[in-house]
Amino acid sequence: MLTTLAIIFIATGVFFFTTATIGLIRFPDFYCRMQATGKGDTLGALLSLAGLALYYLNNGFSLPTILISIKVMFIAIFIFIANPTATHAITKSGLECGVKPWTKEGIQK
Amino acid sequence: MKYIISFFILFLNWVILSGMLDTFHLALGVVACILVIYLSHDILFTCDEFFYKNLREVIRLIKYIPWLLYQIVLSNIHVAYLVLSPKMPIDPQLIRFKSKLKKDVSLVTFAHSITLTPGTITADIREGEFCVHCISRKVAEDILTGEMEKKVAHIFMED
Repeated sequence: MLTTLAIIFIATGVFFFTTATIGLIRFPDFYCRMQATGKGDTLGALLSLAGLALYYLNNGFSLPTILISIKVMFIAIFIFIANPTATHAITKSGLECGVKPWTKEGIQK
Repeated sequence: MKYIISFFILFLNWVILSGMLDTFHLALGVVACILVIYLSHDILFTCDEFFYKNLREVIRLIKYIPWLLYQIVLSNIHVAYLVLSPKMPIDPQLIRFKSKLKKDVSLVTFAHSITLTPGTITADIREGEFCVHCISRKVAEDILTGEMEKKVAHIFMED
């Protein structure tokens, strides 16, 4: 039962990682590429780590396994905080350096 | 008071991360926590009544997180659709809007929530004016309805 849940979580996480990577290649400019990677990665990492935590609980509910699951969830929480911050910082520095955003009509003057 | 609270938070972290419950390791943890609190007591919690005043805000913040996760999943699916559809119907735009929020902490929470929901990145905040990069018209309209802003204002009691 737990293994099934873990497989579903990890598969969904890998799906979002894949879309993030495809977006990195397909999107037209710097900002859109930040959108694809910065976000898809957050949810992908969150889901994969949740899957790993569940998978570890499969070995039985004892203190060491629960502690290891909590540690894995700690990593997820830190990614949840750090990833958007890094995305914001890179975007802001791009804006301040004068990278022109791409729009439907082409690059703005 | 704030020293005792920060000591318990740090010590809980120590126990979770070490996972060894014998006397030697627990004693090491106590020494390390006291050392950390002594060295960084001026940056841990600057407000003495942090927990009494803000307990309600913390509870509301915890209630807000499931809604945020739901929004993240919804908009991640939207971005996955944008990436995978052959025509790639994106319409990137920079929007600027004024926020009614005043406190720094609510501005930060709002900016963080915007950046977390895929399709939108907060690029800059100057005196309450947000500069947000949106990847399509739909996500831009979702931001401009102000639902998220209302929820953040509710957390920090600005409504």
